[in-house]
Amino acid sequence: MSRLGRQRELSLVIVMLALGGFVFAQAPQFLSASNLSQVAILAAIIAIAATGQALVVLTRNVDLSVDAMIGVVAFSVADILRLHALSVPLAMAYGVALGLALGIVNGVIVSVFRVPAIVATLGTMSVYRGFTFLLAGGRQVSLSDLPPEYINLARASVLGVPLYVVLAVVVVAIASLLLQQTRFGRQVYAVGSNPEAAAILGIRSRLVGFLVFAVCGMLAGAAGVLWGARFGTINATAASGVVLQVVAAVVVGGVNIFGGSGTVYGAALGALFLGLIANALTLLHLSQFWLQAIYGGVILVAVAADAVIVRRLQRAAAVRA
Amino acid sequence: MKGERSAAIRLEAISKRFGATQALDGVSFELLPAEAHALVGENGAGKSTLVKILAGVYQPDNGRIELDGSEVQIHGPAHSRELGIAVIHQEPRLFPDLSVAENVFLGHQPKTRLGSIDWARMRRDAARLFDELEVSIAPDSPVRGLSMADQQLVEIAKALSLDARVLIMDEPTASLSLHEVERLFSIVRPLRDRGLGVLFVSHRLEEVFDLCERASVLRDGKHVITAPIGQLTTADLIRYMVGRDVSLFPPATTELGEVLLEARGLTRSDAFSDISFSVRAGEIVGFAGLIGAGRTEVARVLFGIDRADRGEVLLRGRPVAFDAPAAALRAGVAYVPEDRHQQGLVLDFPIASNVSLPILSRLFPRLFMNRPAERRLAERYASQFRVRMTDVEQLVSALSGGNQQKVVIAKWLATEPRALILDEPTRGIDIGAKVEVHRIIAELAAAGLGIILISSDLPEVLAMSDRILVMHEGRLTAELSRAEATEERVMFAATGQVTSGA
Repeated sequence: MSRLGRQRELSLVIVMLALGGFVFAQAPQFLSASNLSQVAILAAIIAIAATGQALVVLTRNVDLSVDAMIGVVAFSVADILRLHALSVPLAMAYGVALGLALGIVNGVIVSVFRVPAIVATLGTMSVYRGFTFLLAGGRQVSLSDLPPEYINLARASVLGVPLYVVLAVVVVAIASLLLQQTRFGRQVYAVGSNPEAAAILGIRSRLVGFLVFAVCGMLAGAAGVLWGARFGTINATAASGVVLQVVAAVVVGGVNIFGGSGTVYGAALGALFLGLIANALTLLHLSQFWLQAIYGGVILVAVAADAVIVRRLQRAAAVRA
Repeated sequence: MKGERSAAIRLEAISKRFGATQALDGVSFELLPAEAHALVGENGAGKSTLVKILAGVYQPDNGRIELDGSEVQIHGPAHSRELGIAVIHQEPRLFPDLSVAENVFLGHQPKTRLGSIDWARMRRDAARLFDELEVSIAPDSPVRGLSMADQQLVEIAKALSLDARVLIMDEPTASLSLHEVERLFSIVRPLRDRGLGVLFVSHRLEEVFDLCERASVLRDGKHVITAPIGQLTTADLIRYMVGRDVSLFPPATTELGEVLLEARGLTRSDAFSDISFSVRAGEIVGFAGLIGAGRTEVARVLFGIDRADRGEVLLRGRPVAFDAPAAALRAGVAYVPEDRHQQGLVLDFPIASNVSLPILSRLFPRLFMNRPAERRLAERYASQFRVRMTDVEQLVSALSGGNQQKVVIAKWLATEPRALILDEPTRGIDIGAKVEVHRIIAELAAAGLGIILISSDLPEVLAMSDRILVMHEGRLTAELSRAEATEERVMFAATGQVTSGA
């Protein structure tokens, strides 16, 4: 949508190519099919969650409960499958529906009760995670408890491309179409960019806010389903702290943390970028303990860079005024 | 006049470039002590850059600055203040939670012998400054809650407390009512007579003639002329600013049609009461009054943003009650709000997306949008309004204020309204764009729209309107035909005095 956004996405691709080249020079196994698909599969899960988060951030909100939603969905779906309570497709549909329901709860708290999103989702993050602990009660579901049809999703591929990557591309494409080519998308950008003007135009900004939280929950549910199949061993702390990665993907992908500009494919590229960094640390035999700090650092650098660029643009505009 | 005294400020060949933009190009001029000197020019002419250089915000690329005959380099805002330059901005930059006295002495508080702040002396000194200015502002009251005009007076008191020799007023009157402008000038004149050099930056030319002895005109970053105000006319100034002859107001000659929009006894508590008027097709009805008189509040009710407590609105004779702007838009009423950034435009959007925003559902009844149709719509309005742009995909944040305002008007016209409410449509835009906005308004009226023009720019309301309604403190105090309306009569009604002949 905005020039700032597009530049960010392009520069992200360039940085990733450079990083990939550097890692390849140090550790040639980087470009092996198995390594690349490992990176891509994890990035795909994050990209799906980041797509939902991007919608939320575009409307000047944030959803801190995504990792709690991923965790509760991953655990419930695995638990249901362990007990053979539902068939695999039904259990997966249940997982997505559970995510949608939790997202709707977030949306109601923010849009109906007008609790600031950061507070509302900080609260539901704890509630959802606490709910997972109650459900799990210290148990864990192991790989051997799960039906092979479920586990094999993470290894399946379509024409040589991992299924997860195909799914992520489909999700990003649909969300991108929704944002760029429909009225709803225009309203998301308008509400995030100038809520007051949107209100005067008769755009129902609270409805828009509610819908993005619902979609975000649904996509977190989908990510949770895929998470369970990918990791197999699931306990109450599944996906803890992944929210940092999801938000980092969104902001490094060029979505303005103050809403109104950015794209979902930028967020997906951001997810891939973070996945590459994690992989690079492994291949270069650096400590994984760096990872949290790097994700946090990426958020700070991305937001600070936005602030600097925006200030430059404003200064350029001030000259004309 | 020249020669005997050294100039308070002398600028010699000041240049400043930002990237590809030459904001100032060899500008020289001088401000004498005890003179009020107007600095005028269109938006983008370089006035703000010049002010910011004097305020120490920017450093010039080339050129000399002299204060009282000796060359200086202004290193930063604090240095500028030390040198005796005080800048009063359109929006006062005060700390709302601190008291008036604290704001006046912020950064140079009087100290006791022990080094702590001498509160008693601070209050006394502040009170003395306001006495000198002959205004009653309590030094202990918090700044929050003071009117914009009073806040500017606090800024002036602050300038005096710093022994400023030069007072730069950067569009100080843009958000003041006429009455407040009068008061501001009556305070500034004696300061000037005591030796203060006043640099007055304003779009309002009548104020320039009212206050200043000399005027300097900038155009495209270059100094065009400096002349005593007595040797200039408004037309001269505009010609120097724009670089060509322009007639400020288009002649309005329109056949009036049926009554479009009518209000009867409209009342909203705390905002306005018993407002009755009507607007006919092809008519421009001006709403004059001081800021805070309740004009915008009436418009918000007409457009369905707020609701009236009593009274009714009729559209072509049929009572309507809009519960939301969307309902008003469907019925054919559009409102161009006062603040085009806050309420009007989505700055991150291209021109085309802004224009289509109010009519998305009409333009795109199905799920997916029809981008070519959107472009064509925007291109039609952009060429009709002569929006200066690269194309309709350009972001509106990259447009000048005047062109942004044209996009705002285009946006609301896209809803194909029958009645259009314009709230301060030319505030803060330059003369050239103002002329074009006036032309657009006249064309729309000629095309049969009923127009409500809310404006604090008195010459504008007088020249554009077929009929003028004047509000004072939430009530209609006069209704004047074009022939009856004079500045004096409007001002009388706007300040709540009853004219003898009305």
